Parts: sequence; C-alpha cells; structure tokens
Amino acid sequence: MAEVQQKDNGGGKGKQKKMTIRVDFTPMVDMNMLLITFFMLCTSLSKPQTMEISMPSNDKTITEEDQTKVKASRAITLILGGDNRVFYYTGEPNYEDYTSLKETTYEADGLRAMLMGRNADIVAQIKALKAEKLEKKFSDEEYNERAIKIKDVKTAPVVMIKATDDATYENLVDALDEMQICSISKYAIVDITDGDKFLLDNLEQKGKLTENIDREQMNKN
Amino acid sequence: MPKIKVKRKSTFIDMTAMSDVTVLLLTFFMLTSTFVQKEPVQVATPASVSEIKIPETNILQILVDSNGKIFMSLDNQENRVDVLQNVGREYGVEFTSEEINKFKLMNSFGVPIVQMKSFLALPTDKQDMVLKDYGIPIDTTANPSNEFKAWIKNARNVNGDLRIAIKADRTTPYSKIKEIMTSLQDIRENRYNLITTLKSIPADN
Repeated sequence: MAEVQQKDNGGGKGKQKKMTIRVDFTPMVDMNMLLITFFMLCTSLSKPQTMEISMPSNDKTITEEDQTKVKASRAITLILGGDNRVFYYTGEPNYEDYTSLKETTYEADGLRAMLMGRNADIVAQIKALKAEKLEKKFSDEEYNERAIKIKDVKTAPVVMIKATDDATYENLVDALDEMQICSISKYAIVDITDGDKFLLDNLEQKGKLTENIDREQMNKN
Repeated sequence: MPKIKVKRKSTFIDMTAMSDVTVLLLTFFMLTSTFVQKEPVQVATPASVSEIKIPETNILQILVDSNGKIFMSLDNQENRVDVLQNVGREYGVEFTSEEINKFKLMNSFGVPIVQMKSFLALPTDKQDMVLKDYGIPIDTTANPSNEFKAWIKNARNVNGDLRIAIKADRTTPYSKIKEIMTSLQDIRENRYNLITTLKSIPADN
C-alpha cells in the first residue's frame, strides 16, 4: 500500500534498478495515538444535564390575597433532614399527634411509592400518553401540550419541599427529581418553619414534646 | 549434511491501514468533544433524570464547592471585562488595562473584589493554587456588601440573554444553597438551571 513502484522507462541505456519506495507509517501511527489520548483525556464528550427550576419571587409587595392557597387535602409537605433522612406529612400539620409526620426514604419504594400513590391518576394518564406517543409518533410539542393538560387538574397534589440546614444539595436534587418522575407539576421549595422543626423534634422524642405546646399561642395563630 | 536454509522474510508491517483508523478516530474526537473547562475546585454533581442539555453560549455558571465557596465563570470574554469594570466601579476599585487583560483570560473567578488587584498581579500558576482558598463573599443579611449579588446583577445588565446555572457539589449543605437561592431571588432572578449528571429513569415509569 504505502509503496510506489517505479517502472523502467523503456529502452534506456542506463540500467535502472527497479526501486520500491516504502513509507513507514509507524511513527505517524504513534503520533496519532498520542493525539487521540490527549483528546480523550482533555475533552468531555457529554454536555452536562440541567434541571430547570423557577422559584417564586419573594416580592414583599405581594399581599395575602395574591398568594395561591392550596387545599389542605392536596398538600404534601416534604421535610428533608440530615443524614439522608426524609419526612413528610399531608395536609395541615397536626402538632398534637407526633405520628402525623412520617419518615420515608429516597429509595424507589419510599418517597416515590408514596408520591406515585397520591398522584396515581395522573401518572397512569401520562404513562398512557407516552405509550401512545411511541405508537403513533406524534410530535414532542403535541406531547408536551397534552401532558400539561393532564397535569393541570384541580386534584393534583401540591408538594412543598422544605429542607433543613442539615440536608445536602443532593437531597434537594433527589427530591426535585422525584417530582419529575412522579409527574407532579406543582411543587415549591419553601423555607422551613418553626412548626416543622417542632414536628421533627417531636418525632425524634416520640411525642414527649406534645405536652409543652403552648395552646394559647397555637389558637392565636 | 547440508544446512537447511531458512528463508528470511521481511517483517515489514504495513501501517497505512492503522494510520487511517487513527486519523479517523482523531477526527471524531476533535469534532464531537469540547474542552474541559479548568475549574478551581473539583465538583461532583448530583444525578437526576432530567435530560435537558445546557445551552452552549451565554452561560453564567455558579460553582459551589462542598464547603459552600462560590466561584463564577462567564463564557463570553468581552462580557467578562465589562462585568469586572462595573463591579469594580461599584466597590471603588479601578483596574489597569493589564489587569483587565489578565482577567479576560481567566475561566473562573471568585475573589473578593478588594483582593482582586493583588490576585491579578500574581503569576498564573500561583493564581490557580490560591484561587480555591478565596470564593466570592455572600452575605444574606441586610449587609450591602453581598458581592455575589453585585456580580450577578452586573452580569445581567451586560448581557440580557444570560442563563444562570448552578453547579454545586452533592455534599454541599443546603444552608449554603439557600443563601444563593435567596440572593438570586432578591435580585429577581427566579429562573435558573441546576447542573446535574444523567441518571436513567426507572423502568417502571
């Protein structure tokens, strides 16, 4: 391949030797390999993924009426604790009963199972829509449009994610991830309140703190 | 006894085909990959199922290490210069053209603005070594010296199409993330991206 054969050009006088010019490509291969190694080490093939997030504006001028009120039956509050622990309660917090706050895990059978159960209706519809998309192959826009329509029902759960200072960034991303997996369209990252902290402490101490509740204070709130 | 003469064969291996393959591979790598940005700290991002890719240009990346130190990188060099000058003016620091040129070539920055001048005076290899000990100061109390806010605000003024992306380590405490999020909220930056690595979606979904 890398050789060129020179032909004798006819009846020349001089005896021309038949010469084979061979180019040795080994150094070329060496150099290429070196370059490939360099590119493999110094570049990245995949672009990082991102998760888009929009936070509520904390405009101080927003009045009480403007704030969205959520029906207690739809609300789920997640509390992300330290040591990769996660807790949740549904509806209004019940300070009297420490068992109203339940502990779960970030595993598939923990948080995801709970949210899937709560959101079963929508999850089933989205699943059907995905199957339909695979069959009929309609466009992404149409899929998105229909998915939004499915998710936008009055009974869909609303999740409040409250992270304690002990939680890590990974916990937060995991929690946000579950929202996406479980097709929950309405969720928010909210600051943790003293009430939630109390619930956590009360659960740790198995309800011993319930006696200390300042009832009058509670009623005022 | 006659000696058996072993016929000598040339051991020349034709490397042309091999060379073809390597050149092809090289071309592939050159065309598909992007260079890894030099970052002052190594960050392991958490995994998520999100499949949205980050846009190529106009990215303001906020890099947060596991201790909550903040660094920033802007991909547009011209914007980088404008932002530095504007932030400097806000804090009463003037930069010489030499310092500006040095800053222009820096991928990530994250030094308190008062120390920026002495930092830029250092040789490049020294800069890399000390940069990870600095970090942009962020103070969420009413204190006006929240330099993080100033950087973001000025970057937004310089380039309106800028997208903010937060790249934080998975072990970063939430309290640090909250500081960043509240600071962003204060300056009405309510939409941003969180950079994650890909994790496959569970099969039963």
